Amino acid sequence: MTRTLLEVTGLSKHFGGIRAVREVSFEVREGEILGLIGPNGAGKSTVFNLVNGVFPPSEGKVAFLGTDITGWPPYRVVRAGLARTHQIVRPLNDMTVLENCTVGACFGRLDLPLGAARGLAREVIDFVGLGDRADVLAGHLTIAGKKRLEIARALCAKPTLLLFDEVLAGLNPTEVERMLVVFRKIRESGVAILMIEHLMHAIMSLSDRVVVLNFGEKLAEGKPHEVVNDPAVIEAYLGDPDIAKKLAED
Amino acid sequence: MSIRKPFFWLLLVMIGFFALAPRVTGDFMLLQDLSVVVVSIILVSNLNLMIGYTGYVNFGNIVFFGLGGYIGINGLYYWGWNPFLSALFAGAVVGLLTLLLGLGVLRLRGPFFALATIGVLEATKAFVSNFEPWQGAEGINLPFSVFDSVGGLANVGWYVYAALVGVMAASLFLSYWVKTSKFGLGLFAIREDEEAAQVLGVKAPLFKALVYAMSGVLPAVTGTLVAYKEAVIDPEKAFDLHRSIEAIVMLMLGGQGTIAGPILGAVAYEQLRSYLLTSEFFSHFHLIIAGGLLLLTVLFVPGGVMGWLYRQCPALRSILE
Amino acid sequence: MRGIIASMFDGVLVGAVYGLAAIGLSLIWGVMDVINLTHGALIVSGMFGVYLLVAGLGISPYLALVPVAAAGFLIGLAIYWASVHRMIGRPHLMSLLATFAVNMVLIGLGTAIFSTSPFNVNVALPGITWGGYTFTGTKIVAALAAVVIAGLLYAFLYRTREGKAIRAVASNRRAAELMGIHSSRVLAVAFGLGAAIAAAGGALIATLFTFDVLRGSVYELKSFVICVLGGLGNPLGALGGGILLGVLEGGIAPFISVSWIPVIEFALFVVILIRFSQGLFVRGRAK
Repeated sequence: MTRTLLEVTGLSKHFGGIRAVREVSFEVREGEILGLIGPNGAGKSTVFNLVNGVFPPSEGKVAFLGTDITGWPPYRVVRAGLARTHQIVRPLNDMTVLENCTVGACFGRLDLPLGAARGLAREVIDFVGLGDRADVLAGHLTIAGKKRLEIARALCAKPTLLLFDEVLAGLNPTEVERMLVVFRKIRESGVAILMIEHLMHAIMSLSDRVVVLNFGEKLAEGKPHEVVNDPAVIEAYLGDPDIAKKLAED
Repeated sequence: MSIRKPFFWLLLVMIGFFALAPRVTGDFMLLQDLSVVVVSIILVSNLNLMIGYTGYVNFGNIVFFGLGGYIGINGLYYWGWNPFLSALFAGAVVGLLTLLLGLGVLRLRGPFFALATIGVLEATKAFVSNFEPWQGAEGINLPFSVFDSVGGLANVGWYVYAALVGVMAASLFLSYWVKTSKFGLGLFAIREDEEAAQVLGVKAPLFKALVYAMSGVLPAVTGTLVAYKEAVIDPEKAFDLHRSIEAIVMLMLGGQGTIAGPILGAVAYEQLRSYLLTSEFFSHFHLIIAGGLLLLTVLFVPGGVMGWLYRQCPALRSILE
Repeated sequence: MRGIIASMFDGVLVGAVYGLAAIGLSLIWGVMDVINLTHGALIVSGMFGVYLLVAGLGISPYLALVPVAAAGFLIGLAIYWASVHRMIGRPHLMSLLATFAVNMVLIGLGTAIFSTSPFNVNVALPGITWGGYTFTGTKIVAALAAVVIAGLLYAFLYRTREGKAIRAVASNRRAAELMGIHSSRVLAVAFGLGAAIAAAGGALIATLFTFDVLRGSVYELKSFVICVLGGLGNPLGALGGGILLGVLEGGIAPFISVSWIPVIEFALFVVILIRFSQGLFVRGRAK
């Protein structure tokens, strides 16, 4: 029986009159990759922000490894073992790749001292393939490099669960393939992943399960093939039923 | 911070120079001049912790100096304490008060915090000016009997100078330690992107309050020492916004975020100021020149002298800090 | 009791003028996310501008508003191109320091020319008396002028092409550029406009109170409080915030010494900001 890492129950968030997220519930289990998809504006990033504490939910509960972490500030959440990347990358520009990752290692789950943190940072930098650019200023990396840095930094926190927010957006096909290799390596190392993605190819090939959001509500949940064939999902998200069939055949 | 690094020894040598120069030459004028520079180095390098390391501008930084002066003078004058112990006490009290204030006022984002620090300065000044037990706006004049513990008026300058050099050494090594520590790394992350830093696990509210308090302790100690040496303290001199601003100019000029920067900036600016002092137009043009310098630095050389040096000779980065 | 109400109504009038001055700050802040620390110096420029025109040419201060505002606009453009232009998008730290530096230079020039002596602009206008309290004509006219100018600004921003361009750039600079708007020029105009309004506000304040070169910082603080009360980039909001502040001042003035008012306003500023910035995200802007 695999344990549940993250359990989100009845999560809601309104901003003034706008209900961004409504009664969303799902869970992420150990070792899995869960895809979170939905049209733009469906509330996916908001869910991430609610989970990792950027702002508190209006209603609902977030539990991680059995502990209620609802409303915890981000620095507390990452210390519990839940790290995230940002949709629009946020490198610490005037610090090197190594320094960026050392921050992640110092203040993450293991709360390492500076020396040990640097050591871990170097390992992780090599793991994601940035080893040749460890001393480059983060602001000088290419967009693909910056995305790798986001992942590396999050990994340095030694999380049990990683939240990836559209990591593949804006990458060309070669870069995407390289990144998928990194994702698989991460899964093999035992870290679970909850990922928001628009790239169907990635979702289909990587996810164990998929959750679909639309207008802030959960529309469907299940294995990728099930979800993709669900008429409600097709209608809301894919638009054209033929695309769904073609993707299912890939 | 490591004994193995050349910079550690460079710092010691420099501090040694300041400590010994007046003694060796026996020159009292030099003592006076260096005292002024040393005070500036203390104020600027502590200010660097906030501006250079954390990216938060403390416009009202002189409030630590002023309040520390008043608290220390109290201990000295009303309770008859030893002046140097009084100074340390003042540092501790100001540090504690600042920590408490910081937990509240540092919830404000960068620019709002900067403005709030001016308010803190002005509010403290207004309070002290109206506070009767501290003689309000008139200030406190110390009788020369307070110099008895150091053997009279002639010795005060020397003893206080020695203490100031000690405080300067403490400031510089504090700066060095923070820069090379895990705490400092967290501060730099906050400076770069506070929200991202928090997502990475940096407990920003606490770190900011801690560095804010840290940046106030040694200036507070200095405030007492200076007030003691001058045997007088009043709200206008203690809470002088101009001095606050000059500290910022010196920091930006020398190179914020570095340890050598404050030293360079203080020395250069004091040279400039002593040159201007001989000119008649000083008091009006002083503000204009300081403002102009600050503007030019921010626009064209935001890294100050140190930044410029590092660009000319990148190898220096591994030697200097 | 009536005394307090009269004092508060007085506050409405004065508050409208404070509000106008604050619009200058609010506009620049809202449009380009720059906190203009030369705001105080611009207010002072308006004060001395109107003084010089009235003392030198003998014209009515209300007529002098036009050249003063025009001069303010030009000074604003100069400040923008000299210092602010390169600071847009850079860390707040830098634009704060840059505008602060310019402020130092301007105030330094001011004290060099005018020293720190107090000045007055004397206007003789009949007041309105009601129930034993007199509301000076200058305050009434100044308040009306403030509302009119604010209204003109509102019309400009919402009815003219240039105004819409400003709002477009404020909302999303890159998108505005893609639609052919020369954003730097628009930002310069917006800055100039903010400066002009600050100067106009200063000119009106000069008709009400004694002033000197260093008074700018007091009104700058009020402008900050008003911006926070009224919302950024919103001219009517700043006017409303100003009136609110004026009323508050009127309400407490009879009870405490004048020198504590700035301290209270500062405390108010800090408290409001702390309550506002509870969330981790500062007011989001499209980049």
